[in-house]
Amino acid sequence: MSFITGVGLTSYGKHEGSSSLDLMSKAAELAIADAGLKRSEIDGVLCGYSTVSPHIMLATVFAEHFGIQPSYAHAVQVGGATGLAMTMLAHHLVDAGVAKHVLVVGGENRLTGQSRDASIQALAQVGHPDYEVTLGPTIPAYYGLVASRYMHEYGVTQEDLAEFAVLMRAHALTHPGAQFYEPITVADVMASKPVAMPLKLLDCCPVSDGGAAFVVSRERTGATGIRVRGCAQAHTHQHVTAAPALSELGAEIAVAKAKAASGVAISDVRYAAVYDSFTITLAMLLEDLGLAGRGEAAARVRAGHFGRDGAMPLNTHGGLLSYGHCGVGGAMAHLVETHLQMTERAGPRQVRDASIALLHGDGGVLSSHVSMFLERVR
Amino acid sequence: MTGKLADWTRGAEAIVYQSCGACGNVQYFHRSFCAACGAPDPTEKRASGTATVYATSLVCRAATPETRAHVPYNIVLVDAAEGFRMMAHGANDLAIGDAVIVSYRPFAGKLIPYFEKAK
Repeated sequence: MSFITGVGLTSYGKHEGSSSLDLMSKAAELAIADAGLKRSEIDGVLCGYSTVSPHIMLATVFAEHFGIQPSYAHAVQVGGATGLAMTMLAHHLVDAGVAKHVLVVGGENRLTGQSRDASIQALAQVGHPDYEVTLGPTIPAYYGLVASRYMHEYGVTQEDLAEFAVLMRAHALTHPGAQFYEPITVADVMASKPVAMPLKLLDCCPVSDGGAAFVVSRERTGATGIRVRGCAQAHTHQHVTAAPALSELGAEIAVAKAKAASGVAISDVRYAAVYDSFTITLAMLLEDLGLAGRGEAAARVRAGHFGRDGAMPLNTHGGLLSYGHCGVGGAMAHLVETHLQMTERAGPRQVRDASIALLHGDGGVLSSHVSMFLERVR
Repeated sequence: MTGKLADWTRGAEAIVYQSCGACGNVQYFHRSFCAACGAPDPTEKRASGTATVYATSLVCRAATPETRAHVPYNIVLVDAAEGFRMMAHGANDLAIGDAVIVSYRPFAGKLIPYFEKAK
């Protein structure tokens, strides 16, 4: 058994002068306080990576900087799926008795610590060095390829994809920590600068500074327990050239295994936190996870299904698309928001019922997947 | 990259794939073994250069000065007649399902495969 006992999140956007370690420390401090623990009680540390400050031993660099001496610590690297992969590992570690309180932390000054070109170039290296990167693709191009095929097979349009950007922006407007605070329309998305067609600027998440952290514990530390009910991974490929058919991608595999591990059905889910690096990512994952029928996710957005007051509130903080994306911390914000919703601390963003949540992360080009069900116990 | 036949990744006007003598699997990323069954030494073969377009993305925002000089350029995934999938460049007007044939063009200091509609 394991519980998410505390969460911490900085605002996303510009944190001029803050290093990756500063942002990780700030989020860690918040998460430990939220769990009602002292930092000396943290006996495990899992952290992600920083493209701005790469290090072969980031977890111990962080532990020393933060001032703790854990009995278990290392970094984890699964691209955008890192946050949930760390949570899954922390769950198994505390469940197995290896540690009592594992701090999971990610943070990076990706926006102000390097040029936007340097970020885009660093991320393009997830491509094959000989057979892909030579051709000058970018991360948006990898997803642009997937988008073109998905639109072709399922009749999805660019206007459909734009709906997801508009929804995430509408949610971000209700969160003071979000990077963006100007409302946008489908027409704005359609008119935004082409990046890698069919993806335009507003179909893409931004580059941000920020940090996020949580504590995963063997026992709950507060009255309300947010329990990891079950989780699973799937890794079908690394490079988009080697990706399987759209109907055989890892999200479907991971969520099927997570459902089996937890005994939870999609019809039990009341809140969804789904990776949204691009509008196409969110559209595809919602359909792969079974939160919408094939080609029907956009219609559900238009009908208000994924809004705060809808049947399946989704990424109520604004997601990567509008809260922001600082690397590993980016998708960790989805879990922080889920925790706030489940513990009824989301203020004006609070949904009616977030008793059972489905979280899903994706790394690479739909390469690595982690699905997780969280459940509230009182 | 240890094979004998030079391909475009090594400056030659050719697409080279590997074929497993044991299980018949074909693969595009070269290795010293078959990724499907593990058998050693797959045979290298030169592809015909004919293919069908699987996906396209027109890159309008590049990340390096060398690639920026070429925008917009169309990144494509094509399914080769021999049964493997590869990434390349393509004519800007290509659509999914188009039958295409390869030629080679310079891009950011290297020679790369470029697909156009087959006549």
